[in-house]
Amino acid sequence: MEFRHCRLPNGLEIAAEIAPQALSLGLGYFVRTGSRDEAQEVNGVSHFLEHMVFKGTERRTAEQINRELDDLGSLANAYTSEELTVYHITVLPENQDRAVELLTDMMRPALRAEDVETERQVILEEIAMYDDQPPYGAIEHCMENFFNTHPLSQRILGTPESVQALTSEQLRDYHRQRYSPDNICLIATGCVDFDSLVEQAERLTSSWETANIHRQLHPPQVARKVQFLHRPSAAQQYLVELGLGPARTDPARYACRVLASMLGDESGSRMFWELVDNGLADTAAIFTQEFQECGLVGSFMICSPDDLEINWQRFRDVVHSCPMVPFQDQELVQAKNKIRSSLVLGSERPSDRLFSVGHAWTLLARNEPLDEVLDAYAKVTLDDVYAVFQNWSEQPRVIVVAGPRTEFEIEGIYP
Amino acid sequence: MNIIATDRSSLESDIHIEHFPNGLTLLYEHMPWLRSVAFTLLTGSGTVYEPAGLEGLAGVSLEMVQRGAGQLSSREIVERLDFLGVERSSTVTTCHSIFSAAMLPQSLPESLAIYGEIVQRPHLREDDLEDARRVAQQEVRAIQDDVAMRSSIELKRFRYQEPYGRSAQGRLEGIERIELNDVVNFVQEHFSAAGAILAVAGNYNWEQLRHEVVSGFGTWQSRIQPEDPAVIIRSGSQHIVEESAQTYLALAFRSVPYHHPEYYLSRGLLSILGDGMSSRLFSEVREKRGLVYAISANHFTLRDTGSILCFAGSTAGRARETLDVTLATISSLGEGIDPSELVRMKNRMKMNLVLEPESGMSRSAQMASDWYYLGRVQSPREILSEVEHLTCDALIEHFQRHPPTAWTLVSIGEEQVELPYGI
Repeated sequence: MEFRHCRLPNGLEIAAEIAPQALSLGLGYFVRTGSRDEAQEVNGVSHFLEHMVFKGTERRTAEQINRELDDLGSLANAYTSEELTVYHITVLPENQDRAVELLTDMMRPALRAEDVETERQVILEEIAMYDDQPPYGAIEHCMENFFNTHPLSQRILGTPESVQALTSEQLRDYHRQRYSPDNICLIATGCVDFDSLVEQAERLTSSWETANIHRQLHPPQVARKVQFLHRPSAAQQYLVELGLGPARTDPARYACRVLASMLGDESGSRMFWELVDNGLADTAAIFTQEFQECGLVGSFMICSPDDLEINWQRFRDVVHSCPMVPFQDQELVQAKNKIRSSLVLGSERPSDRLFSVGHAWTLLARNEPLDEVLDAYAKVTLDDVYAVFQNWSEQPRVIVVAGPRTEFEIEGIYP
Repeated sequence: MNIIATDRSSLESDIHIEHFPNGLTLLYEHMPWLRSVAFTLLTGSGTVYEPAGLEGLAGVSLEMVQRGAGQLSSREIVERLDFLGVERSSTVTTCHSIFSAAMLPQSLPESLAIYGEIVQRPHLREDDLEDARRVAQQEVRAIQDDVAMRSSIELKRFRYQEPYGRSAQGRLEGIERIELNDVVNFVQEHFSAAGAILAVAGNYNWEQLRHEVVSGFGTWQSRIQPEDPAVIIRSGSQHIVEESAQTYLALAFRSVPYHHPEYYLSRGLLSILGDGMSSRLFSEVREKRGLVYAISANHFTLRDTGSILCFAGSTAGRARETLDVTLATISSLGEGIDPSELVRMKNRMKMNLVLEPESGMSRSAQMASDWYYLGRVQSPREILSEVEHLTCDALIEHFQRHPPTAWTLVSIGEEQVELPYGI
């Protein structure tokens, strides 16, 4: 496995993890823009643009783009997060040039007014679809309450109102600023011809104008809060809790993920034995999420509305009992093995590796080979885990509960 | 433009097959380029075999067999498999219980030994039944809240009725009735070596694998498997009122089953209808009219009958139009196939075949499924040949011989829609 990278004169970064024996090639444009970069009045614009990128360029109609993607037999898609918008495609190595040409052209969308109107309807349907799905927006509400005035509080899809109000001009302005070549990385994995990739990308992006855009990073101010979202017809009650965790660049992130696995993995964790294996709850999990300047440790519980307090008390007892019921070496080894095995199994295809390589290069400006990550997990000790736990347990929490219930019936249960 | 080259060694298969005297079939495909190995184990213990009134027994039984087996307690099974880094799942389908697992090759021997104990020597203790029942009830309630998922479950229930229409999760009242004896009888009768299929794909050694399967599964008892009941399909519409932002449409019509000689013609038409971003449904329903965010079409097969299932969701007031456009688009397949559609369809299908060897998990699942439905394993090369031979004329002729019939529609939401008269 060879790693190569270069920076074009216009600022576009190109990085590739090359595996000549691979059957396929993963390609992606990773744009350093997401919901956190949006002004409040254009909330949802990053995600709207992601849709519009498939709706045609000066040289191609939407139909032509869709047909060419299918002609390549490609597996192509895109997603928007708080920090990134990613367009990715998997093709056979002999189709590298075609895929690069198509994807590069798509990065300069025409943003035709009539296409904006049709796509607006599609996005409103997407918002409605997620509103119907459990946990009924509880995660988005929890992020809003947790981050409050911080840009990470903004919804990725926007709201129906903000999406209704977005104009073609606002899409164009945002694209001009954020899709500047120095804010984009072209990532490739698998059977890549790197020299050809660089030559082609340089030729095709020579006219791209640079905007010199930067992202402001600052830590969030978190205040305790509990909110109930009333969904009277729901069969289950859904609880989301967020607390601060290590950032994407923090070396403690590995220990934090190990802690989350030991406490709240979907199988074999302390939560699993206390709440899930016996059927008291449908889900009792702890997860982590990392951003550039901070991270989250999240708790997620699904259970019958009648059992909300008793189960949440059990959940909190499992967490609070950690110092009294010390972690055993076996728990540590089990969690580390699970994570490491899952990383290896999830890295076999070039299309899987694309996201790890792309996230590391775009947001950390560094290469993170799989073996380096495996090694970092192998080195996590129980002391590291306790240090992360200590820090996490002192952080203020925000809770959102969705379902038929409108309040906790026990006072002491509030964070 | 035909741009998917198919002169690739990855399309050649190195497959080993062994039939054991107890009825178990072992399938193995050597994939030395992978760092892992995966297996899929099918036992004939699906929902169709549940006694009437005990809907959910297959799922509860699957849960119970994993709560302690042989020398291992429930906790020890989970801890050993986690320690070995085994990524795993277990699910119930209409005809089978399916155990799936992927791992690094050094973990395979012990994993196989554990699963051997699970299917042959489960503890099935009374003390565990209440917990297993509660887990199953949680799953039923979780589905109740997921309207999109419910539309597919209700479609199956309405279209296939008893016993093929049963859901993997079962019903609350069925789960409540389950006694330990029901589980013991179901496990003894259906977790049997007869008809069981163990498909392994990845980086391992055949002789070593064979030896491990003999030692782990060689004495697995065999029971005569019951005859499958007949499938009766119900046509018509059903609406379920729900306070949801979207109305969910689940539509089905008759197609050929997987073993049918014309299956790849049907699969080719389905691909033109619903695969990829240039497919007719995506193009007509989403791209041109913005009626949905997601629309899909897939093939569902039982042994002797097949259906095409379509799913879409639209906000209230737009569901009727979504249904009308979907029906018109399906019917447009009979009006002609553009040669460019044929090429794109072939490229998409060929790409999937060329890339299948990247994953042991998907390959082992495909091998097990092939064996159950066809009694043999198709190599990617063989399927490729079927795909290469498809023509526009052959697709149209297939559509005329097997036009969409036996329509079923289930809608869930605030807007009631029905199939039009005469369909």
